[in-house]
Amino acid sequence: MTTASGFSETAPLVRPGVGGGLADVFRQRFLLKLLVRKELQIRYKGSVLGLLWSYVKPGVQFLVFYIALGVFLGLEKSARNPDGLANYAVYLFSGIVLINFFTEALSNAARSIVGNGGLIKKIYLPRELFPVASVWVSAVHFIPQLIVLVVACVFAGWHPSLLQLVAAVAGFVIVAMLATGLGLLFGSANVYFRDSENIVDMLLMVATWTSPIMYSWTMVQSKLGASWYAVYQVNPITIGVEAFHYAFWLPTTDETAPMPPNLLPLWVPVGIVVSLAVLVLGQWVFRRLEGRFAQEL
Amino acid sequence: MSVAIEVQKLNKQFVLRHTRSLKEAIVWLVTGRKGDISKKFHALHNVDLEIQQGETVALLGLNGSGKSTLLKHISGVMLPDSGSVRTRGRVAGLIEVGAGFHHDLSGRENVYLNGAILGMTEAQIDEQFDSIVEFSEIGEFIDTEVRFYSSGMYLRLAFSVAVHTDPEVFLVDEILAVGDEPFQRKCLARIKELSAAGKTLVVVSHDLELVSRICDRGVVLKHGNVVFDGAIDEAVAQLRSQV
Repeated sequence: MTTASGFSETAPLVRPGVGGGLADVFRQRFLLKLLVRKELQIRYKGSVLGLLWSYVKPGVQFLVFYIALGVFLGLEKSARNPDGLANYAVYLFSGIVLINFFTEALSNAARSIVGNGGLIKKIYLPRELFPVASVWVSAVHFIPQLIVLVVACVFAGWHPSLLQLVAAVAGFVIVAMLATGLGLLFGSANVYFRDSENIVDMLLMVATWTSPIMYSWTMVQSKLGASWYAVYQVNPITIGVEAFHYAFWLPTTDETAPMPPNLLPLWVPVGIVVSLAVLVLGQWVFRRLEGRFAQEL
Repeated sequence: MSVAIEVQKLNKQFVLRHTRSLKEAIVWLVTGRKGDISKKFHALHNVDLEIQQGETVALLGLNGSGKSTLLKHISGVMLPDSGSVRTRGRVAGLIEVGAGFHHDLSGRENVYLNGAILGMTEAQIDEQFDSIVEFSEIGEFIDTEVRFYSSGMYLRLAFSVAVHTDPEVFLVDEILAVGDEPFQRKCLARIKELSAAGKTLVVVSHDLELVSRICDRGVVLKHGNVVFDGAIDEAVAQLRSQV
């Protein structure tokens, strides 16, 4: 974008349409805010329940999983099932809210460039705004779910330490960066090949099960062995979910349940590094592909 | 006077791809790249153009001559294959009014969204808001969702936002056909005001009468080449002789 300088005599000649990537998004905070507000306003337009859908959908999803997995498949700890997970409901829900955020963010970000094609074809603006706005909107939708989670935790006797709260923030940041990076990657690829959104849908289905959301990490470790378990553990979503368990679920139990070893000193930094790498890669691919968006859309 | 827009040896080819799926692309690669997966089309060919600050220039040509493509390069929506495009100061494109409008938002919200898309800051929009509404003659309907607007109201509001963005370089693509006769006259007056204030104006239009009233200079394009560059009357005559 050419700089918004009022002094045209002194403004240099610049090449139009060459942006500064994600840094431009930061510079265009006002536009980002408006785009996010627009999305939030039109999301539930014309529906009777409106924003309530943000509660109803995860609520139903949670109930189904809880009954099927917790009760029928016996993951919940009870008198007859002492090996199960204590407070399975909280365990499950703390993972679900995070994966829901990731799913919504990535699937909307991957569609955001094609979806805003009309605008991108006509006016130059930093196109990174659209995937970033998608992730931001999902973060706003994440808030009511987080509130429900916190209320449930409080009822279950939640008493988190400061470190545990920091872990929750770190877990969220890891997943948000990953969603943004993959959103940039698949969003720009989607302009050229619409297969991209189907790949994303498949990836999201897989992602729900390749992290310890429904089950416990110890089950994975016992089946995979130490070295393959390390591969499982590198997944930033796995790290984010475990950080959420550590922050929300563990303090509602007697804290005797094992957490993945070295979660805070090793895996959380690994998650940040991996997510950051994906973000850099996504931005790089996006910059390579965005020059031809207008003619390919 | 300094240069506002400088276009040097600009080339642009469009690849007309017939496929949109990965499968077809892979099949094509595997089968030894047989057949035409794509066709190339030269939209702009070695275009050189220099526009001084304060000039009013019309890009003329028949359909498919490349004038809108050239405008998209100046606005930054498209990047050249080779050659360069450089601009000075803020460029606002009016490449189809209302591109950033959303039907489910009210007129007020659309003014803010569209203003920001066109590069205005929050403070600028706040300051210009009343003037935008007044110019558009939308009046009390400003808080109504734009889906209930008539097409004339819609275009008037969009145009009004665009002319209040106050850029150094103003790109106009076929938007002067907005609204009724009185509103058109008002738009024209506003555009003339802008050019009198020293703004650079680049207009694409098929309405030759209209462009000869607004612009001093005409650039005629044919199949992606500049075939004439000079006074507007001669440019119009040149284009008419093409038909």
